[in-house]
Amino acid sequence: MAVCISVIAKENYPLYIRSVPTQNELKFHYTVHTSLDVVEEKISAVGKSLGDQRELYLGLLYPTEDYKVYGYVTNSKVKFVIVVDSSNTSLRDNEIRSMFRKLHNSFTDVMCNPFHTPGDTIQSKAFDGIVSGMMVQAG
Amino acid sequence: MECQEEKPIIYTMENKPIVTCAGDQGLFTSLYTSLAQQLPREPMEWRRTYGRAPKMIHLEANFVQFKEELLPKDGNKALLTFPFLHIYWTDCCDTEAYKSTVKEDMMRWQNSLRTHGSADWVIIVVETNDTKKKNKTNILPRSSIVDKIRSDFCNKQNDRCVVLSDPLKDSSRSQESWNSLLLKLRTLLLMSFTKNLGRFEDDMRTLREKRTQPGWSFCEYFMVQEELAFVFEMLQQFEDALVQYDELDALFTQYVLNFGAGDTANWLGSFCAPVNNWSGLLLRRPIDMEKRDGIQRGEASLLDLRSYLFSRQCTLLIFLLRPWEVTQRALELLHNCVQELRLLEVSVVEGALDCWVFLSCLEVLHRIEGCCDQAQLAANCSHTVGLWAYATDKLKSLGELCGLVSEKGPTSEDLNRTVDLLAGLGDERPETVSSLQSPYKKLKEALSSVEAFERHYLELSHAAMEMYRAISRLRSARLVGKSLAEFYMKKGDPEKAEAFLQEALKSYVSEGWSLPVTHTRKQIAECQKLLGRTEDYLQTSALLAGDANLTMEERKHFCQEILTFAGKSEDQSDKVTLSMGVFSQLTRLQFQPATASVHSGAVLQVEINLRCLMPVSVHIQQLAASIHFDLERAGTNGRSKGARQTIPGTVEFSHDTSSAGPSSSSGGPPLELEEIQDRSPTDNSLNSTGVVCKNTHLVMRLPESISPPDTPNCVSPPAVTLKEGAQMLKVQDVTLEPGNNSITFTAPSGQPGTYTLRQLFATVGQVQFVLPHIYPSVQYEVYSQEPQLTVEPLSEPLLAGLSQMVKFTLLTGHYTVKKGDALQLSNTDTMPILPSTSCSARISNPTGELVGESALSIQSSEKVTSISLPATPPYHTLEFQLEVLCIIPSGSDHPPNERLTNGEVRHRPRSYSHPDTPMTAIDQRMSIDCPWSIYSTLLALTFYIPFKTKHSLLSAGNRKYIQVCVQNMSDKNFTLAEVKLTEKQNASLELESLNTKTQQLLCSKHSLFCLWEVRWQDDLPSCLQCVFSTNFSPLKQDVSAFKPFQYQFQLERVTTLYSVRAEILPPAGEQNCRSGFLCGLEVCITRLTEPAEGEIAEDSKTDTEGLKTTKLMYEVADSSSNWAVCGKSSGMVSMPMTADATHKVQIEVMPLFAGHLPFPKIKVLKYLPHTAAVAIQPDPDSCVENDSLSLLDKALDDGGGHGQHPQPRQRALCGQRRPAAEGRGHAASGALQPGTSVQPHPHTAGSGAARHRRPHHGGQRYMTLVARARPLFIKLNPGPGLCRDFAPGQMGSVSTLRVAGMDSPLSMTCSHHWRHYRLHAVKSQ
Repeated sequence: MAVCISVIAKENYPLYIRSVPTQNELKFHYTVHTSLDVVEEKISAVGKSLGDQRELYLGLLYPTEDYKVYGYVTNSKVKFVIVVDSSNTSLRDNEIRSMFRKLHNSFTDVMCNPFHTPGDTIQSKAFDGIVSGMMVQAG
Repeated sequence: MECQEEKPIIYTMENKPIVTCAGDQGLFTSLYTSLAQQLPREPMEWRRTYGRAPKMIHLEANFVQFKEELLPKDGNKALLTFPFLHIYWTDCCDTEAYKSTVKEDMMRWQNSLRTHGSADWVIIVVETNDTKKKNKTNILPRSSIVDKIRSDFCNKQNDRCVVLSDPLKDSSRSQESWNSLLLKLRTLLLMSFTKNLGRFEDDMRTLREKRTQPGWSFCEYFMVQEELAFVFEMLQQFEDALVQYDELDALFTQYVLNFGAGDTANWLGSFCAPVNNWSGLLLRRPIDMEKRDGIQRGEASLLDLRSYLFSRQCTLLIFLLRPWEVTQRALELLHNCVQELRLLEVSVVEGALDCWVFLSCLEVLHRIEGCCDQAQLAANCSHTVGLWAYATDKLKSLGELCGLVSEKGPTSEDLNRTVDLLAGLGDERPETVSSLQSPYKKLKEALSSVEAFERHYLELSHAAMEMYRAISRLRSARLVGKSLAEFYMKKGDPEKAEAFLQEALKSYVSEGWSLPVTHTRKQIAECQKLLGRTEDYLQTSALLAGDANLTMEERKHFCQEILTFAGKSEDQSDKVTLSMGVFSQLTRLQFQPATASVHSGAVLQVEINLRCLMPVSVHIQQLAASIHFDLERAGTNGRSKGARQTIPGTVEFSHDTSSAGPSSSSGGPPLELEEIQDRSPTDNSLNSTGVVCKNTHLVMRLPESISPPDTPNCVSPPAVTLKEGAQMLKVQDVTLEPGNNSITFTAPSGQPGTYTLRQLFATVGQVQFVLPHIYPSVQYEVYSQEPQLTVEPLSEPLLAGLSQMVKFTLLTGHYTVKKGDALQLSNTDTMPILPSTSCSARISNPTGELVGESALSIQSSEKVTSISLPATPPYHTLEFQLEVLCIIPSGSDHPPNERLTNGEVRHRPRSYSHPDTPMTAIDQRMSIDCPWSIYSTLLALTFYIPFKTKHSLLSAGNRKYIQVCVQNMSDKNFTLAEVKLTEKQNASLELESLNTKTQQLLCSKHSLFCLWEVRWQDDLPSCLQCVFSTNFSPLKQDVSAFKPFQYQFQLERVTTLYSVRAEILPPAGEQNCRSGFLCGLEVCITRLTEPAEGEIAEDSKTDTEGLKTTKLMYEVADSSSNWAVCGKSSGMVSMPMTADATHKVQIEVMPLFAGHLPFPKIKVLKYLPHTAAVAIQPDPDSCVENDSLSLLDKALDDGGGHGQHPQPRQRALCGQRRPAAEGRGHAASGALQPGTSVQPHPHTAGSGAARHRRPHHGGQRYMTLVARARPLFIKLNPGPGLCRDFAPGQMGSVSTLRVAGMDSPLSMTCSHHWRHYRLHAVKSQ
């Protein structure tokens, strides 16, 4: 389903980034990093409108010829970016949303782990499992 | 009038709904202008079917002459040519004319309409006044013609015939008639629209539902739905028109997706044809008829269809003033087309799509630029920048494809490819032929030569980057920059490339993206190598060699690059200095010994742990650490100063171990807190204390500036400055293995002072790695120490009177103790040093290990004790123990200050009470002469006297007793033996011991009471000099361990002066005293002794009658409310100064209760001369000396440890009562059996506060009461709580104690000074 899933800290360094092994990992790093531009733009646009309940899902950040990049920002400004293959047209917005929700839940679990230092890269196997599930599914 | 054309199908925006006009053409022509003008003037509400929102619509119409051909034939679904309304014009007002011609014409018109099923018609009858006037004669009522028409044609549809009056006149009537006509026309038009469009839509839907049938063609359907879109467009309903195209778009997309899923539709075949034209979008025409024809014929390719569809959407969006949606949709379209072609597996010439996308991007941008001004464009960069970047991207890949990027230029193969690509573009469209900047021309030019390509590519790249920057999408801008850098690298221009790469790298490093960092750094390394920037290249190579993201081969390659350079034997000037951080990390530094503080000359080793980041082992010629030496901070006795600032023996250097990315950066660096104390320089007292943060500069940095602390990711090598320290830690020829290495240095420790490690250098051939700052700072201390001698007790506390061990500790410091060196202790008689048989000294080295043990020889002379020390090396510790004895000073015997022969005041041990213990302390000074100093060392030891002794004089009638209480204040248990009391002056005086035991156990915190009865022959001396002596030893020690203990005291005014007797007599004739009746209290005061000489002299002055008397005051008071003292309760008596002089006083008292009542209290007080009273009595309130008479009270108090000593100056006025009182006194003394330790009475615990108000003392009163009635003991137990209801000093329910109830155990409570007591009266005998 997803070809790359990443979690980015508030300070914009990657907490977790994983892509399908068949493709060039570096390219995804660049893609995800660049997508932060749009994420920031969207966050600041939201900030101006002063919405009481901020929508965490940012929607399609930008499409490229080959990929679609979706964003999601938690209330603590941790960003989730999911890259989906453009050819995968069966994926609807709702499914992307539910992927993000799943990711967020799992991320929350990671943060709840008392042995996890917030700000450290995510090493959790459970989180890895969730991400793997999202990448394999319909992939 | 609009001339109707033969074929009114016009695919332009000038389309209007067609309205046919029949009848009087001349009439219509005259009215056409106003009609065409006025019809759109007012909007009409158009109610829509299918729940669509109603719309206000301005109606326009294209009025054409009615022709039969205009009416749609069956099956013709064309909407654009569909006449929506048919009008018949007539101004006939003549019935004849109507009947003869007009009616027939109308019939024909109606018939032809009916045959085509058109029901949207209206007949307009125009009336003019002119005609009225002209045909006055055959006037028929106007209405009749209209009525006729109505009756002939409009059966039931009267509204289908409208009258227009005087249309060319400017009158209100005319206006009104126009308005109603226009309204009618609009209404009818809308009705027609609704009906006909509805029908059309229904048909269209039916057609769409058939799409699963085999013969269905998307292109046919496309044409049908587009017809609807055209109509909406014609009606200016662009939104609705756009919806039609979007629906078509979605339908097509779905088909393509289904195709991808394996569901093939036949009609898709034409779209799967190989693409042979990639001329890009064409947005300059409203309708691209070429492509439309292609679609209509079913010959269009996918790109054609998409292009046409998008051009229509674009047109409508621009009509809707939504140009930014165009750009967004364009990007989507382009991405989507590329995907669709892939999905449909359409064969496309390589690069063709790039051309198509490039041209399309530029075309869209041109189209947008054409409809917006510059300011708008600039403000909406975010919408267009995607297209720019996409175009740039495509141009780059085209350039690479056509060999325009390489240094050599295109090969012939590349040229062939270019020709093929250009061929696919076809000819330039006529619209853009004249334009110099058309996308077509640009692409053709860009592909024509290397230079042109570069120009175009750079132009596009810079435009995209600038736009990204303008909307602060810096990361995107940098990515474009990076791609530009790659272009430059391919062009062989590393200098330009590096600038872009460095900028990108900075961003990746600052945000901690390790993979992009590695990749970019590799590119930079390539640049730097090409540019010949050796130092930078080596630095980057070092970073890459330690980069875990790279493969081992790559890392080894970069490491080898450094080593190769290092191995080059060149002159010294070519030395390259690099940052240590890229090569290895200092992880730990450890001092041996761990205190990091040694005396000068001692060996101090520093072990450092380096984590080498290189992939292979590296041989280092020299590893050195420079040292900063600071003399000032070195103290002469470094050890005590060292304690002030603890230097940790092990310093851990925090580094981020994970090279994968920055971690723990969110919280910033941890706080390093340290306690500070500000002490006054003069007396070292504490002024203030607090906690300081040592790394504020790191913690308080602005959050934005916090970059992930990933040291090896630093962008460029920090400027490394070499600070040559005078002293260095050095190790030669070390090989660092990958991973952790441990290297040990031997630190210089010659001069005393503080040594701070500043920098670390590793030299590998020509390359030197430098760690510019070792942080946190590491320092060690070298000290030089004066010898120090301390004496401390072996066990706390030291007890006086017993032999105690004290420990001598000698820190030799820099002094070497030679054989024969001795300590000279000046002897004092209060603290002799006891000779001991086995006395050995232990020598230990600075780390506390035992080095040697040797016997001490101690020689004592009269004045001096000399201790010969064994030879001890410097900075060692010498320890030995001596046994000393501190002699307890005996009591109040204070000899006058002795002076030594040299006039110096002899240091008498001064006893004082120590705040920490209840024991009395004595400071014993020692003066020691040491061989290393000409000055004597003065030391003090504090001893504690284990005992506290008190004495009291007790009287019982004529008898006298002396009681001595020895209280053990220490924590030890003692045995006391041979308790003895002697009187020094009066030989005739006999002290009969009432103490039965010879040895007594005196436990810790307990007291021992000893009692002697004083017997005398003649007269009792008024002053007694007593010496109490005993032997004591700690428990369980043999007799030899007994040490003497002496206590001297003096008793004055021992003799009893007066005896007081009191008797209560019932009223005359009565047997008993009754409550409520007056009784007589007789107080009898008898003088027992002749007044002493001084007393006579004192009192004789007051004598007035010649007879010598002493004035006494008596007072009867009963504060316990048992008695009411009636009449005079106090008075004065003059006692004659002769023995046995008696004075009787009668006082009336009334018992208030029945039962055994205690006697009211009788106080006898003696007046003192005014002058004497001030001197003696500290209480300024009264000039009389106040003393209680109660013997028992006093005894009990003494027993409880709170009794007053019979002070020498105190007047002892012994009160005597009735025999019962005496018996009680006996009972009291029975409780004080000599040698019996009496536990403190609980009731005394709270009575301290009331001490100065003894008459109110609760305990006494009960004692009096009980003893009076029957021998009873009353125990007072403090209750658990506080009673707040009573005021201080107030007595509680004392009155409830009934003597009658004494037979049974009785319990009562009373409050006493906030304290709650429970009284248990227990029958004792």
